[in-house]
Order: sequence, then structure tokens, then C-alpha cells
Amino acid sequence: MEKLHDLQQAFQAKIDADEKIEPKDWMPDAYRKTLIRQISQHAHSEIVGMLPEGNWISRAPSLRRKVALLAKVQDEAGHGLYLYSAAETLGIDRETLIDDLHTGKAKYSSIFNYPTLSWADIGAIGWLVDGAAIMNQVMLTRTSYGPYARAMVRICKEESFHQRQGYEILLTLCRGSEAQKEMAQDALNRWWWPSLMMFGPSDKESQHTEQSMLWKIKRKTNDELRQQFVDATVPQAEFLGLSIPDPDLKWNEETGHYEFGEINWDEFWQVVKGNGPCNRERIKARIKAHEEGAWVREAAMAYAKKRKERATAAQKVA
Amino acid sequence: MKKNWPLWEVFIRSKNGLSHKHVGSLHAADAEMAIENARDVYTRRSEGISIWVVESGNITASSPNQTDALFDPANDKVYRHPTFYDLPDEVKHI
Repeated sequence: MEKLHDLQQAFQAKIDADEKIEPKDWMPDAYRKTLIRQISQHAHSEIVGMLPEGNWISRAPSLRRKVALLAKVQDEAGHGLYLYSAAETLGIDRETLIDDLHTGKAKYSSIFNYPTLSWADIGAIGWLVDGAAIMNQVMLTRTSYGPYARAMVRICKEESFHQRQGYEILLTLCRGSEAQKEMAQDALNRWWWPSLMMFGPSDKESQHTEQSMLWKIKRKTNDELRQQFVDATVPQAEFLGLSIPDPDLKWNEETGHYEFGEINWDEFWQVVKGNGPCNRERIKARIKAHEEGAWVREAAMAYAKKRKERATAAQKVA
Repeated sequence: MKKNWPLWEVFIRSKNGLSHKHVGSLHAADAEMAIENARDVYTRRSEGISIWVVESGNITASSPNQTDALFDPANDKVYRHPTFYDLPDEVKHI
């Protein structure tokens, strides 16, 4: 008991001194569990996030847009991979992580349960969804767990083009015909609130925030990040000539921040619990891809085995 | 039975938060000895706080002949970089 207490104290002292925790270091079980939950949720979000955008690859309006969207979706697959690998350093295996996604035990960002109805949605996702994700991920480059922090550095670096390609799409639409501008406004109307929800429940409702801040897994609270996002994004909407669908949005000269209306938390919890517009469709698509890819994984293993046997046989002859 | 000790590649983490980085190689009879030798050879001036050793034979490297085939395809994909996208300077934080 005494020993455990000492270990815990030494662990927290390291965190307090801004030192990183690495896979072989002692860590409390709850820290390990929290990280596995958070990192795998993050990985699942990257993978499920490919679905709404993949929907538009074949219908991108030009080759320029198509290669950019392909590159973005490809990046997301890579980011999922970095994150699954970071989670695996905590002693959980990939198969379990994937199973937990498929059975609904693990969550992913609820934003990906909304449909992409028009081409402007691809612009809105890059600008708002990636914008919100980047805000969170920049913070996570300083998270206390080494492998997670290093994955985040790589991801942030690669992702810097994602938001710009989205904004460029919207800028082009907003400088186009009246109908194109309306399409952009419609996309903003539908994606604005779900984007604010991406930061998670408000600080007073969030069950994980306090402990995660103490462990420096998170460096900013959900509400702090949400405010930072609103402050950065409102002027970008103004530049596009679009209006944010929030009648309560106003600049507060004193605080130097924008005030904004109440988020519809009922909608948030409904989507988290599986009742969003596309929850079932997303998981169905993931399971289908996994099951239909089974023969490829098996064939690769069989081929590797055959090659090894041939190499062994050749060695014997030599 | 080979007479020479096998070759090991040595990776050192200089401090928590950074990746292990390849620093060189050495000979040792087994993994434990490789760690001990690496400690003596590569961390005499507090260069690290963690050592990885991998027997050199277990590393598969890409061949220099493959360089073009492997890495050329990335050269003409400028759209993977943020500067490819044309945004006015007035737009901030993006």
C-alpha cells in the first residue's frame, strides 16, 4: 500500500514537472484506461471520418478538388493508424480496439454521424470540423503521454492543409453564383452547431475533464477550446460573407471574446447515444469494410508464410 | 556456431517525450549484454534515459535501388501541402 502511494506520488510529481510519461514507466491503471479510451476514440474518429468525405470523392467538381479530397481522406487513414499504434503501446491490441468500435462499446466523434448532402459540406467539414479538431489536437501535442504527443505532432503537421482546402472550397462558392453562395450558407447552417458540440459537454457536465487536466492529458477544458474556436472562426465566416446561424452571437468588447447561444445538448446526447442521422449507417459501413477485407488479410498472411517456407527451403539447398 | 558476437543496432531516448533515435551499433553476445554495452559506449555523458537494442539482422531496410520507385510518387503531389491552397492574407488562424 505504502509502495503504491509512493509510485502515485512520483508519477504525479513527474506530471507536475511537465515531464512525459513513456510506455514502460509506471502509471496508475486509471491513467492507462483513460488514455486507451481517449486515444482509441480519437483513432476511430479518423477512420469513421473518412466515410462522409469519401462520399464525395467520385463527385468532386474538378480534378484539383478530387486529388485534394483524396489526399485528405488518405491522410485520415494514416492518422487513424498512428493513433491505434499509440494506443497499442498501452498494452491493448488492435483487434480489441476494432471490435469495441463495431460493437458500439467505443465511441467516435459524433460529428461524423451527420450526412454530407452537398459539395459545400466538404468545404464546411474542412473549415469547421477540421478547424475544431486542429484546435484540440494542437493542445494534445503537449499531452503528458509521450507516444500520443508525438503522434499529434505528426498529425498536426500533416493536417495543416485540410482546413485550408475546405476554406478554399467555400471561398470559391461564395465568390460564385447566388445559388453557390446559398449552398455554402446552407452547409454552414447545418455544420455550425454540430462543430461546437465536437468539443464535448460543458465543463460543469464533463465527467473526465477534471482528472484529465490534473494528469495533463488535456491542457484546456472543453469550454476553453470551444471559445477559442468561436473566436477564430467568426471573422473567417464574415470574410466569406456568410452568417453564423446563432441569433445570440455577439462580440463582447470587455472580455475580448464572442458570446454565443446555448448548444442543444439534447441533440448532442441523442447523437452520442447512437440516434444521430447516420450512426447505424456508419457502423454498418465499417463492419462491412472489415468483413469484406478479411480475405485480403488472410491471403497476405498465407503469402508471407509461403515466402518464408521458400526462403527456408532455399537456404537448406545452399 | 559463429565465433563472432552478433551485431546490434542501438537506439537512445535522450529524454522522455522524445523518440528513441538510432545512434550506432555494437557487438554483444545477447540482448542483455547489448544493453550493458550500449550503456557503456553510448551514454557515458548522460546522453540518454532509455535504450533499445535490435539485432541488426532483424532490421529490414529498403534498397537504395528502390529510391525512385518508393519516393518519387510524392514529388508531384503539391496539394498535400498547405501552401497549395490560395487564401487571402486577411483570413487569420488558418
